Amino acid sequence: MDPVNVANQVVAGVLTGLVYGLMALGLSVIFGVVRVVNFAHGEMMTIAMYATVVLFAALGLDPFLAIVPVAAAFFVFGYALQAALINPFITRPEHSQFMLLVAVAIIMVNALLMVFGPDARNVQLDYLLESIELGPLLLDRGKLYGAIVACVTSGLLFAFFKFTRTGTAIRACADNYLGAKVVGLNVKRYYAFTFGVGAACVAVAGCMMCLLVDVTPVLGPAYTLLAFVIVIVGGLGSMGGALLGGVLIGVSEALAGLFIAPSAKSMFSFALLILVLLFRPQGLLGKRA
Amino acid sequence: MNRRAAVLLGVLAVGLLVLPAVVSSYVLSVATLILFFAYAGQAWNVMMGFAGQLSLGHSLYVGVGAYAAAGIFFHYGIGPWAGIWLAIALCMALGAAIGFLAFRFGISGVYFALLTIAFAEFTRIGFDHIDWLGGPGGLFIKVAQREHLDLLNLRGPPAMFYYLMLALTAGAFALCAWLLRSRAGYYWQAIREDEQAAQALGINTFRWKMLAVVISSAMTAVAGVFFAFYYNNLFPEQIFNISRSIEIILGPVIGGVGTLFGPILGAAVLTILADAITELLAAIGVEIPGVKQVFYGLVLLVVVMFLPHGIWPTIARKLGLAKRD
Repeated sequence: MDPVNVANQVVAGVLTGLVYGLMALGLSVIFGVVRVVNFAHGEMMTIAMYATVVLFAALGLDPFLAIVPVAAAFFVFGYALQAALINPFITRPEHSQFMLLVAVAIIMVNALLMVFGPDARNVQLDYLLESIELGPLLLDRGKLYGAIVACVTSGLLFAFFKFTRTGTAIRACADNYLGAKVVGLNVKRYYAFTFGVGAACVAVAGCMMCLLVDVTPVLGPAYTLLAFVIVIVGGLGSMGGALLGGVLIGVSEALAGLFIAPSAKSMFSFALLILVLLFRPQGLLGKRA
Repeated sequence: MNRRAAVLLGVLAVGLLVLPAVVSSYVLSVATLILFFAYAGQAWNVMMGFAGQLSLGHSLYVGVGAYAAAGIFFHYGIGPWAGIWLAIALCMALGAAIGFLAFRFGISGVYFALLTIAFAEFTRIGFDHIDWLGGPGGLFIKVAQREHLDLLNLRGPPAMFYYLMLALTAGAFALCAWLLRSRAGYYWQAIREDEQAAQALGINTFRWKMLAVVISSAMTAVAGVFFAFYYNNLFPEQIFNISRSIEIILGPVIGGVGTLFGPILGAAVLTILADAITELLAAIGVEIPGVKQVFYGLVLLVVVMFLPHGIWPTIARKLGLAKRD
């Protein structure tokens, strides 16, 4: 096995993994605060990917610029979804929340199927075709730029939760529901805000994912599962964990594709998930509950 | 059970028994499908509805059960009545292994649910690489003449499959009714409502949760064997798919989790609804892929939002079958 080839695969895995990580970050933020597992997460990502494809095809809008309108629209959408549908469910049993989001996911996948049909679509950007040579390594431009955007977005999110008043209030709601209510926070509004932020995260990830893969409606459920694997491995509710989990899964997929068979790559991810659940159920960076 | 309930149950039983004589083969196939989901839902309900352990990976047991019986039939000609025991044994071992790992390591709630998904997905991709069972290309059982009844090898007319599924559903119903009133049933409900309190009362929660998983997986294995011999073709991509697990869960959730009639009623409502939507769309000439599922999702959304305990508890109260609170 050629070491340069392996190194190239690892680098590609890390870059793709950062975009995965951003997607999972949205799921992790939502679960960490609202305590609801978003079973429609991958489906939301696919919608964002289609939005990017449509903006590019209709207006010629560059995916890197499309981030702004798509993320804004997703923030509003996420806020509305939480306020209208999910807030009434936060005190209901888990299986009930699960069914609600499964229903939402079914509607999303099939609405995409109705509108766009089953064929794959993509965004072709000429300036992404040339790779960057870095010594012996070859970097794919799309992956590199996607990873940079993922890092910047994650950094902004960390700063938001750490330094702004709203971010602090959201962390208070996550830490202690009753306590947050007692000090006068409108918890349900912050929940809606958080879901909006998580949706905006997944929207940015979707815009970048368009540069890496062709989009079809059936990608939705697959990405939902992928996001679950990543956040469990990294630690459900932990923001750093989501990025770390994304990189780990990205690299393991790349190496499994290289050494074993591309079709077996997600088997590795699930094996990793099972091991983490058994030996460190709070995830690699998660706090013990 | 009060007198009214006994009469209604009797009418339902007679109706189901004479059904193949009076309806078309299309209606019979719909009825068989309803019974299949009612049975599988009942099996899932033992774990979730009775013992409170949310499994989102029941397709694992359907798939392993189906492949076990179909595999030895395909390769060695060993009939399903023997294969069913292999299927049950394998699924009980799998359920016990998953339950042991999860409960020993204290995994519960969302994490347990995700663990069951992970095992099902892991197995799905694994079966894609087992050439002995056809891999991704699928495993096919030879289809015999529909008119010829061969009960020993489960080859025969649709009515045979209908009656078989009816017997299974009735058996599962009786078993669950008995379980719910047994010592295990009360322990399960105690665990479901408050595991720590149950433990404090001296219930060995590990053992009783294990029992629920093992019974549920064994019952689901039988559904898998039926599936294999009814449809005659198996693909890992389809049978282990998470959407299959969700299909199994939909019935009891819509009908009423933890109730005996919920899974049956839920399966009937959902299957008939799906068919009605198909018919309706065909009648008005809409042929866009996805329309049907969007309707389906919307109905699901409405039911989950406005009937949190499912349809059955509401109907039971209307019919005067349940105690008024």
